[in-house]
Amino acid sequence: MPNKTPLFDQHVACGGKMVDFAGWNMPLNYGSQLEEHHAVRNDAGMFDVSHMVVVDLQGAEVKAFLQKLLANDVAKLKVAGKALYSCMLQEDGGVIDDLIVYYLDEQNFRMVVNAGTRDKDLAWITKQAAGFAVTVNERAELAMIAVQGPNARAKAHAVMTAAQAEAAAGMKIFMGVESDGLFIARTGYTGEDGYEIVVPAEQATAMWQQLIEQGVRPCGLGCRDSLRLEAGMNLYGSDMDESISPLEAGLNWTVAWEPAERDFIGRQALEAQRDKGGLRKFVGLVLQDKGVLRAHQDVVLNGEVVGETTSGGFSPTLGSSIAFARVAATVADECAVAVRGKELTCKVVKPPFARNGEVTIDLG
Amino acid sequence: MSEIPANLKYTKSHEWVEDLGDGTVKIGISDHAQELLGDMVFVELPEVGAAVSAGEECAVVESVKAASDVYSPVTGEVVAVNEDLVDSPDLVNHHPYADGWIMQVRLTEEGELEELMDADTYTEATTEAED
Repeated sequence: MPNKTPLFDQHVACGGKMVDFAGWNMPLNYGSQLEEHHAVRNDAGMFDVSHMVVVDLQGAEVKAFLQKLLANDVAKLKVAGKALYSCMLQEDGGVIDDLIVYYLDEQNFRMVVNAGTRDKDLAWITKQAAGFAVTVNERAELAMIAVQGPNARAKAHAVMTAAQAEAAAGMKIFMGVESDGLFIARTGYTGEDGYEIVVPAEQATAMWQQLIEQGVRPCGLGCRDSLRLEAGMNLYGSDMDESISPLEAGLNWTVAWEPAERDFIGRQALEAQRDKGGLRKFVGLVLQDKGVLRAHQDVVLNGEVVGETTSGGFSPTLGSSIAFARVAATVADECAVAVRGKELTCKVVKPPFARNGEVTIDLG
Repeated sequence: MSEIPANLKYTKSHEWVEDLGDGTVKIGISDHAQELLGDMVFVELPEVGAAVSAGEECAVVESVKAASDVYSPVTGEVVAVNEDLVDSPDLVNHHPYADGWIMQVRLTEEGELEELMDADTYTEATTEAED
């Protein structure tokens, strides 16, 4: 039996089409994925992300531990509440998971990791924590609601206490704040402004219903995927996994090479890859023909397979199909993707495709 | 509960067939099928003049979720296709039995129509699948 989040009954009441996702019974959509997608780009939508895993890390050596555990460097975090996106790597440089880590103070950090990788993440983190003065505490009792869209913050403020709304309203992007029992972060997975709100499970239903009263539209996993794809955000398990280096997944920017003496797990392997060269590149594709690109289709250049799509689908904002692809360095401005035996022409672009309600690439 | 018009015939793979009475039939996918697939974003139509065989792939409907083959319920020749679906694939979602039709076929095996399910049988089949 798949797990149910504290909001399961709300999904059913809202007409959610429930599917099994990473061991959780989650809504794929509530009727129309396209309408939900547009609601987030143009107004406000919300997602139950309670299946994601909140892990609190505490202790005198927590900072040193995270500097070893993560490819990005938590030393960049100097303001309380500041968030950082990072990969957690194997020794060979393969990606165990991607995550967000929040700096609360020198001895307190909070990480949010993927649901599908929960068991191996916790096992890895616990194993690596041996030898450090650090406690690892999974917060399974917490629910999480992501409210996203240009009007999301204003609508979310209306369901908060005055203190929460004030704390949230004054917060910059990629920051989080604890207020009156909520952890409110100005983060998301859609390319729109908004919050991810960590809420005690017993308060989740009331918050969900109040957000509906504010006109926030319930949105399912389907549009969560099309929104993140447009926004140029990777999906673990699709765009990268243990067999893929962040350097071949468009995540070079998340690897903190400096200071050179910081010996994070996977560093030696990444340095060897970087010095050797010949890495595949990670690009965006926009389909020029009719049709739909999907994950794991061959990318073709001059009759030769030079890579594959890692994510793909229809972009509601562009009105055409888009994809991420991992390809040979020889791919330049144009390539083809093999779809049911036909080669469809694609333009090669640098993601994101769309953010903040606007197309962000040149479609010309 | 999805709509299942009484005047149509159906297949196990969720296509519908309307007998136009002139030796041709109109074909589309059922309301139940479009609900399962979700918002349509592309329909790959057959060519007019193409030969189709009962039970074989004749078109592809692509939703936000996935690509799905459409199987021809009958054998014959495609005499018309719904060009409106090129720019408005969502017609399949909104009017699966009317403006969302996919193709019209001239029958070469008239008897095949008798082998298709009527509305009651199809209703039972889809209800069982949901249980």
